[in-house]
Amino acid sequence: MSMSSKIMAGALGLSVFAGAAIGASHGAPSDDQIKSAIKGRQAIMQLYAYNIGTLAAMAKGEREYDAAAAKAAADNLAAVNGLKMDGVWLPGSGTASAKNTRALPAIWESGSDIGKRAAALTEAIAGLQAAAGTDLAALRGAIGPVGKACGACHEDFRQSDD
Amino acid sequence: MRRFLYALLALILVGGVGIWAVTRPSPLPADALAGLNGDPGRGARVFWAGGCASCHAAPEAVGDERLKLGGGLRLSSPFGTFVAPNISPDPENGIGGWSALDLANAMQRGLSPDGRHYYPAFPYTAYANASLQDIVDLKAFLDTLPPVATPSQSHEIGFPFNIRRLIGGWKVLNADKGFVLSTPADVQIARGRYLAEALGHCGECHTPRGPLGGLRRDAWLAGAPLPTGKGRTPNITPGGLDWSATDIAYYLETGFTPQFDSAGGEMASVVANMAHLPAEDRAAIAAYLKAVPAIE
Repeated sequence: MSMSSKIMAGALGLSVFAGAAIGASHGAPSDDQIKSAIKGRQAIMQLYAYNIGTLAAMAKGEREYDAAAAKAAADNLAAVNGLKMDGVWLPGSGTASAKNTRALPAIWESGSDIGKRAAALTEAIAGLQAAAGTDLAALRGAIGPVGKACGACHEDFRQSDD
Repeated sequence: MRRFLYALLALILVGGVGIWAVTRPSPLPADALAGLNGDPGRGARVFWAGGCASCHAAPEAVGDERLKLGGGLRLSSPFGTFVAPNISPDPENGIGGWSALDLANAMQRGLSPDGRHYYPAFPYTAYANASLQDIVDLKAFLDTLPPVATPSQSHEIGFPFNIRRLIGGWKVLNADKGFVLSTPADVQIARGRYLAEALGHCGECHTPRGPLGGLRRDAWLAGAPLPTGKGRTPNITPGGLDWSATDIAYYLETGFTPQFDSAGGEMASVVANMAHLPAEDRAAIAAYLKAVPAIE
């Protein structure tokens, strides 16, 4: 990267940052901010899915149980869950006003218990982390609550497939 | 001319009597449950397989809250909005005062204890195939649940669908049709057929309906528009679902698809029920779904 393009990139980064700050201060996010929030949270969901895939393959018997790999995948889920990226849930980035998302506006409604459900996921993942490296039976038992926690949010806060 | 009028009058009279006859509620015989005793443990399995909590628990309930069956879920349809009633054991607001026969008449015949027709939003065309032993067990289990004092709310149904007697005619066309899949030789598929068609009432959402709201048995489980408007339920015959039986059973246990997406919408609640069943029941449903006629 040449010096000038570094400066350009830096300036671009700054302007995006400034844009975000202005957007936030005025309460009306730009289209680009909404797009990047949606991409960000979909990337997080992909990371969940990839690691669940490793664990579920073992639970289903499609892949031989491997304690180290199972523990690593559960640790990854905990790490993804611990990311401080609340910004990807930008108000105004739901299906009512944005494209390419299935996030329902109910997420942002006052009185929504999404926080409680997110806490239930964190708890279920902690249980999975404790169990995944023990043995296959423990893994099988601990993955169910994680699935339930995923479903609890997707039931009310994600638009059904069409 | 006068002769014609008499003929017309006679026709109306005969028609009226005919309609009165076919729309008449026909409950089970009073001794239908003789010799059957309810077991709450077995009833729990019927309860989760039947998906009762999905409509009769409070709409956002999770965990043990799903055993409080105060009702309140609103089901919109082209005929109006149905509100799920309280079926907790509260004697005043729920069904605590019901006998097992009352429950059997509700589930198999679509009739209230005072002999009125229920709307088929309550899936009695499926439950009609449930065994009386299972219904007696279910009643024993329901009686162990916490009473909820919330009164049931009225359905919001306009004329003419608010004339309950007309449901008798609908029943003639759509009820008591028996199982869709002809009796399978395989024991596991037979169990799966019972769970999916009688208790699980999968067809209520996954089968398209005709103009009068009856299920199109020739398109069984081929997917249908969601009654709420946007979106469709998927085709879950082998013509639309290429998952292995293991994948289907695992989805019903955890909600994870083979791509490790997770169940959402109404199906998340179905999975929450199915997760309570023994693994062999989920495997049986999977075997059944592999055996139904493929519809492209």
